[in-house]
Amino acid sequence: MTTADKGYAHPEALVSTEWVAAHLQDPMVRLIESNEDPLVYPSGHVPGAVQIDWTTDLNDQVRRDYISADAFAQLLSRLGIANDTTVVFYGDRNNWWACYSLWVFHLFGHTNVRIMDGGRLKWEKDGRPLTREVPAYPATTYALAGARHDAPHRAFREQVLTHMEAGGQLVDVRSPDEFTGAKLHMAEYPNEGALRGGHIPGARSVPWAKAVDPDDGTFKPAAELRALYQQEKGLDPSSETIAYCRIGERSSHTWFTLKYLLGFENVRNYDGSWTEWGNLVGVPVEKGPER
Amino acid sequence: MSIDDKLTELQETLDMFEDPASRADLLIGFADRFREVPPEVATRPFSKSHQVPQCESDAYVWAMLRPDRTLALHFAVENPSGISAKALAAILDQVCSGQPVEEVLTIDPGIVEQVFRQNISMGKGMGLKSMVLAVQALAREALK
Repeated sequence: MTTADKGYAHPEALVSTEWVAAHLQDPMVRLIESNEDPLVYPSGHVPGAVQIDWTTDLNDQVRRDYISADAFAQLLSRLGIANDTTVVFYGDRNNWWACYSLWVFHLFGHTNVRIMDGGRLKWEKDGRPLTREVPAYPATTYALAGARHDAPHRAFREQVLTHMEAGGQLVDVRSPDEFTGAKLHMAEYPNEGALRGGHIPGARSVPWAKAVDPDDGTFKPAAELRALYQQEKGLDPSSETIAYCRIGERSSHTWFTLKYLLGFENVRNYDGSWTEWGNLVGVPVEKGPER
Repeated sequence: MSIDDKLTELQETLDMFEDPASRADLLIGFADRFREVPPEVATRPFSKSHQVPQCESDAYVWAMLRPDRTLALHFAVENPSGISAKALAAILDQVCSGQPVEEVLTIDPGIVEQVFRQNISMGKGMGLKSMVLAVQALAREALK
């Protein structure tokens, strides 16, 4: 099944590995690899791809926040990205970090972005070439319209509290044990400092990776995604929705799935997520399975 | 060369590659030298009993006891993006293969921080430490 045949609300948000292979020399397309493992890009990447390191390139290095608009413009200029460049993200771990980078780009209004369906896994399983040659592109003059604009895509704790109190839709994309409070962290991850376990009351539990075919890392067809998010979990695409996880990276993947593949009209990512909520004094916490 | 000598040699090598880019090149060089478990030791599908717990790179380890009570280590890394796992496998092979089991059991899992420093996520660090622990668990098993 091709990407176009999968029935997505916004199929243009995904490109196939075939599409990328055909646009490797396209000057209007810039490939960006974003990974969890910093050794992966230098060990071999799609020819012509540059790298964005989510920790050093996108995060403010002092306070818990994203880089400023000026820093973003400098980053894109350095990577040879102009305002009209189509940016295609891909990466390891089923595009987990690629979706995170794509979400951060939205905060700065650069929404001419795509995800390469299947990421590195699909590219490699296709037997397509990788290179260690790091490309250098002429710097651009990247013009930002204004300051970072978080509101449409990012939720903050007070907004989440208000949303929860109003009975709004919340999607917890962490593992089932994190959701119930049996664990404070993913099975293979250490605790990153949350003092309380559980979930935000009323949240639906949909682990992020359920949206992906584990064999090749591609997104599942829209019909399967609808069955999961809408029929099984009862989420309404027309209602305001907030996704969260531990620090907002896994939930970026779900944010992309809901917004672009299923066409949810108003979905935001709560990047403070459980490392914030699980430490806040006095906020409601629910333990155990979904209500 | 004893295991302590090999660890010292490894540290000296690491010390020569301090900046992140050159350290990454060094580690990728190790990953390039990774050799998968030979078919006379194991073939796919690999036994789950040799799978490294908590390793997102889907790594497998085999520890074969030689007649002289030294170990021969073999690895497989099924995730093609498991570069760090391949690098660590090559390092563990270099340091531990040919060493007495008792010495392999003294390896500190902190070797992962020593090699990769803060350049890996905590999750990946846990998985890589599990590779060291899996080697030691199999080494203990081989002694029985």
